[in-house]
Amino acid sequence: MIQIKNLHKSYPMGKDSLHVLKGLNLHIKEGEFVSIMGSSGSGKSTLLNIVGLLDEHDDGEYFLNGQLIEKLDEKKAAILRNKFLGFVFQSFNLISYKTALENVALPLYYKGENRKQRLKTAMDYLDKVGLKDWANHLPSELSGGQKQRVAIARALVTKPKVVLADEPTGALDSTTSDSVMDLLKEINREGMTVFVITHEEEIAEQTDRIVRLKDGVIMSDEKVNHKVNA
Amino acid sequence: MFDIDRWREIFQSMGKNKLRTVLSGFTITFAILLFTILLGMGNGLKNTFAGFFSRDAENAMFIQPERTSKAYRGYQVGRRIEFKNDDVEYLAKNYSYEISSLIRRNRMHVDFSYKEEKADYELLGVDPGIQFLEMATPYKGRFINQLDINKKSKVIAIGRKVEEDLFPKGVSAVGKHINVAGLAYKVIGVFTDPGGDNEERLTYIPVTTFQSTYGNNNIVHQINLLYNPDMSTDEAIAFGNRMVRALKDKHNIDPNDQRAIRNTNRAEVVQGTAGVSFVLDIIVIIISIGTLIAGIVGISNIMVYIVKERTKELGIRKALGATPSSIIMMIMFEALFITSIAGYLGLLIGTGVVKWAAPMLEEYFIKEASVDLGIIIFATVLLMISGIIAGYLPARRAAKIKPIVALRDD
Repeated sequence: MIQIKNLHKSYPMGKDSLHVLKGLNLHIKEGEFVSIMGSSGSGKSTLLNIVGLLDEHDDGEYFLNGQLIEKLDEKKAAILRNKFLGFVFQSFNLISYKTALENVALPLYYKGENRKQRLKTAMDYLDKVGLKDWANHLPSELSGGQKQRVAIARALVTKPKVVLADEPTGALDSTTSDSVMDLLKEINREGMTVFVITHEEEIAEQTDRIVRLKDGVIMSDEKVNHKVNA
Repeated sequence: MFDIDRWREIFQSMGKNKLRTVLSGFTITFAILLFTILLGMGNGLKNTFAGFFSRDAENAMFIQPERTSKAYRGYQVGRRIEFKNDDVEYLAKNYSYEISSLIRRNRMHVDFSYKEEKADYELLGVDPGIQFLEMATPYKGRFINQLDINKKSKVIAIGRKVEEDLFPKGVSAVGKHINVAGLAYKVIGVFTDPGGDNEERLTYIPVTTFQSTYGNNNIVHQINLLYNPDMSTDEAIAFGNRMVRALKDKHNIDPNDQRAIRNTNRAEVVQGTAGVSFVLDIIVIIISIGTLIAGIVGISNIMVYIVKERTKELGIRKALGATPSSIIMMIMFEALFITSIAGYLGLLIGTGVVKWAAPMLEEYFIKEASVDLGIIIFATVLLMISGIIAGYLPARRAAKIKPIVALRDD
C-alpha cells in the first residue's frame, strides 16, 4: 500500500538546510495498523506529511497504492488525497461554522457527489462513530472526543485506502484516548490500513507494528505481541 | 460557474460569518454612497455657478450711454450722452467682422390691460437679434422679425408670466390684441427665458415701432450686440475697449472719462469665471477619486484580512481534496457577490439621498444636485474589480500554501 525507498527530506533554514529524513525505507501492506514512534524532532511528522501528500520529498521513491508519486502538481495531489487518503489531526481541524454532518460530508463535495447522496453517506459514518444524534451540532458544541470522532468519520467517508492519524489522541484525556483508539482498531479490523503517529508508548502499543524513528532514521521496526488479556 | 453546490458553500460561509460579510459589504456601500453624494453636491455647486451666468448669451455686450464726468473739447461736465440710429450704423459699418448681431434696445415702463386684467410691465423696443441675446424661446407663435422692423408693425411678443397674468387660464394670448398704454398691439408670440420670472415679465415690440410711436425720434437707449464667437475672450475684450474708444471720440468724450459710456462685456465675466469653473471641476474630481481610492483600499484590506483569517479553513479544505482553483473560485465568487450587492445598495441609497436632499440644498447654493448614473455604475464596477483583484492575490497565495503550513498555523 505504502512503499518508501531511500526517502530524503530537508528543510532550508536560512543558508543551511535541516536534513530531517535521512534515507528511510518502509513498506506498509494493505490492512496493517502501524504506528510511528519518536520524540519531537525525530522526523515523524515530516514523514506523515510526505506520505499524506501534504509535502514533497526531495529524494528517493514513494509508491502509494502502487503509484509512483513524483512531481505532483497541487491539483493532482488534491485529487489523490481525496481518493486514497483520510486525515485525522491532533487539533481535529473541523470547520467551525459547519455542523458535524456538513464537516463529514465535505470531502464528498470535493469528490463531486451530489448533496443528497453525500449527506446520506455522511450520516451513515456519523452513526458508525456513534454521533448520529449530534449530526446538527457545531464543533464548538462537541467535546474533544466527539470532535475527534467526527474527524475520523470525515477521514473515512470517502472510503480511502489509508487513514493517516497525526497524534490523534494528543489533545484528549486517557479515557477518551482509549475510546478513539478502539475506534481506530475497529476500523482496522474492517480492513482499513491505519497509520498512526504518536510519541506515547501506550498508544503505539495498541497498534500491530511500531516503527521507531530517531534523528531521521529508523531505529527499529517490530511487530507488537499483544497480551491476550490486555 | 452556476454550480449550485458552490453557491451553497459560499452562502453558508457568508451567512455563518455575518460580521465579516457585513463589514466588507459596508465598506463598499459606504464608499459608493459617499462618492455619489459628493459628486451630486459638486455637480450642484457647478450648476449654481453656471446658473449665475447663463441667463444671457455668452458673447453679449451691453453699451449704455450715461452722463460725462469730464469736460472735453469745449463740452461741459455732466452732459447726457444719447445714442442714435446712426451710431448703430457706424458700428455695423466699422466692425462688420467683430459684430455678428447688433440690437437696438429702448425701454419704458407702461400699463398693460386685456379685458378686465391690468398690470404694468417693461416695454422693450428691440431688433430681432434680442431673442438670441436673451436666449428667449417663443413656445407659442413667433418672435419679432425683420419684416416687423421694416413695416413698424404694432405687434408684441410677451413673456410667459405676462400671458399668465393677463389672460384667463387656458386662453392663448397669440392673435389677441392687448392694450399697451392706450394703443392696441397684436400678440404674435409668447416666450420663455432662462433668466426666470423677471425676464418672463418683459414684452418686446419692434424698435422702429417704439421710436415712431413714443417720441417720433431715432434715439437708441442702449446698444446691445453679439460679438463674433470666433474671437477669443481676450480678442473680444480688446474689441470692446476699442469700440468704446471710437464711440467716445465720435461723441466728443474724454478718452479717460470712465462714466460717459458704460460697456458691460460678457467676455470679461466669462474670463473671470472660467478659472473658478475649472477649479470647481478639479475639486470635484479630486474628491471623487479620493473617495474611490479610500473604498479600494478599504475593500483590499478586508479581502486580505478575510483570506488570512480563513487560511486554516482553506488548509483543511485542501487536505480533504480541494484543488487550488476551487479555493480561488470560492473566495472570488464570495467577493464578487458581496461587492456587487453592497455596491448596488450604495448606489440606490446614494442616488436616493441626492434626489431627496436636492430641493433642500437649493437654499445653500447647490442647485439641481444630481449624478450621472453611468459614472456611479462605473465607480461600482471599479470597486468590484478592485475587490476581486484584492481578493485574488491573497486567495492565490492561500491556494498555493501547502496545507501542512496552513494547518500548523494555530
